[in-house]
This record gives sequence, C-alpha cells and structure tokens, in this order.
Amino acid sequence: MTPLLTCKDFLNELSDYLDESTDAALRYKLEQHITECPNCWVIADTTRKTIQIYKGMERYSIPRDVEERLMRALEKKMAAKHRC
Amino acid sequence: MAVSSFSGIDETALVAQAREGDDRAFAELVRRYEGKIFRLAQHITQNREDAEDVLQETFLKAYEHLDQFQGQSKFYTWIVRIAVNQALMKLRRRKTDRSVSLDESIDTGEDTVTREIAAWDEDPEQRFSREELGELLDSAIESLAPSYRSVFVLRDIEELSTEETAEALGLSVPAVKSRLLRARLQLREKLTRTFKRKGDDAFAYL
Repeated sequence: MTPLLTCKDFLNELSDYLDESTDAALRYKLEQHITECPNCWVIADTTRKTIQIYKGMERYSIPRDVEERLMRALEKKMAAKHRC
Repeated sequence: MAVSSFSGIDETALVAQAREGDDRAFAELVRRYEGKIFRLAQHITQNREDAEDVLQETFLKAYEHLDQFQGQSKFYTWIVRIAVNQALMKLRRRKTDRSVSLDESIDTGEDTVTREIAAWDEDPEQRFSREELGELLDSAIESLAPSYRSVFVLRDIEELSTEETAEALGLSVPAVKSRLLRARLQLREKLTRTFKRKGDDAFAYL
C-alpha cells in the first residue's frame, strides 16, 4: 500500500494538481486525499475558482489616448533613428 | 502608421522584417501586444500613470535593442521581460524606504498555512457589479508581495507557461512554481473572506 498523503503534502502539490501537470500516480493519490479530507477539498475547489475568476477578468483594451501617446513616442524614436 | 497589410503575417516573419529596418512591421508588433503589456504593467505597478510609462519604455527599448533579440524565445516573452523589469523599477523608485526585488526572500514555507477554509457561494460573481468585482480582484493582487504578484500575473492572467514565466522573470522553474503556489493560496484566502457562503465553514462537509 502506498503511504497516504498529509494535508501539507497535498498543499505542496496543489498548483501542479490544478494545472493538471502531475503524473497519473500522484494525481490518483491527490484525488484520494481530497475525497477523504473535506478541508483540502474546499481549498482545492476555492483555489481553482480563484484562478478562474482572474482568468475571466475583463480583457480591457488599451485606452485610445494611451495608445496615441505610445505611437507618437515611437514615431519620434523611429524618425530620430533614420536621421542618423 | 495606417492600418497595415501585416495583420495576417506571423510573428517570426514580422520580427525578421522589423530587424531589417521595416518600421511598419515593428508597429504591427506593437499593436499586437500593447494591450497585454499595458494590462500587465497596470497589474504590477497598480498605478495607471506608471503603467503608461512602462508601456512606452518597453516598446522604445525593444525598438532600440531589437538587434539583441536572439529569436530563441518568443518575441512576446522578450518584451514581457523588459516590461516586468521596467515595472519593478518603478515600484523600487516609489518605495525608496523599502527595496523591492524579485529576489526578496519571503519563501519561509510557512505561508502556505491556510486559515480561511469555507466554501464559496455558488456564483460569487453575481453578488457584485463588474466594477466592484474588478476592484476586489485588483486590491487582492495589490496586497501580494511584488515577487509573488509578477509570477501570478504572468502565469494566471497572461497565461504564460511556467517555463516562459521563468524566462521572463529570470527565475528558475522551481522558484516560479513555489511563488505561484503561495500567490494562489494568498489570493484564495483573501477572496474567501469576500466570497464565502454565509454561515458556512468546513464542518458543513463532515
């Protein structure tokens, strides 16, 4: 029998578990741990939701005035380069 | 710089043209990434004026040093690296009393301890307007140490891979992983205070 994971072991692997980058054997152990440990289940679930909520943040586009100033600065730089 | 015929061209070809001195190709690269770089700069500096400076400095530097771009990494990873460095420099200048560095040693291993353990509302986003939610998420990110914040922004908001994040920040892969874990857990903790189901605690699951 493989030794059971502690909560600390589980937390250390949590990022890889959520990113699905653990190997199958470890994944199995992690899943076994959360079926038996409600606290770690809640932590995994709410951490997953934390990542999702940030991923879903509005993709605001760049304000037009900011873009215009950027392009002006760039054009100036380009013009200066071509004068050399 | 009128709307160009470059929009369908792939990045490698654009970079090659820009390196040969085609300014319109460089301008197209700027257009592709300016939004992402501005957002990244806002997340790291938490200040719109600084973010605009970072945006300009990033692309001006990239233009100036384009001959140093080796093409071993993606162009985007290269400019992200420039942008993060500029953004951290801003933070350092702002906090002259306390130096801010990516090497800040805060990995005690103890901060993975979780205090708030509670399930969230089914649909926590529904409780807040878009603006309120945006402010909540921003202020949670702002409370992270810059070295955690940068990793979280690149990995989970900009969706760079672990390897790309490591490259952009000049960190090792294990360092990125350990900071990402801590950043995620700290944010989870903060958001739980806002999103937890009323009257709920972990024992509800026993």
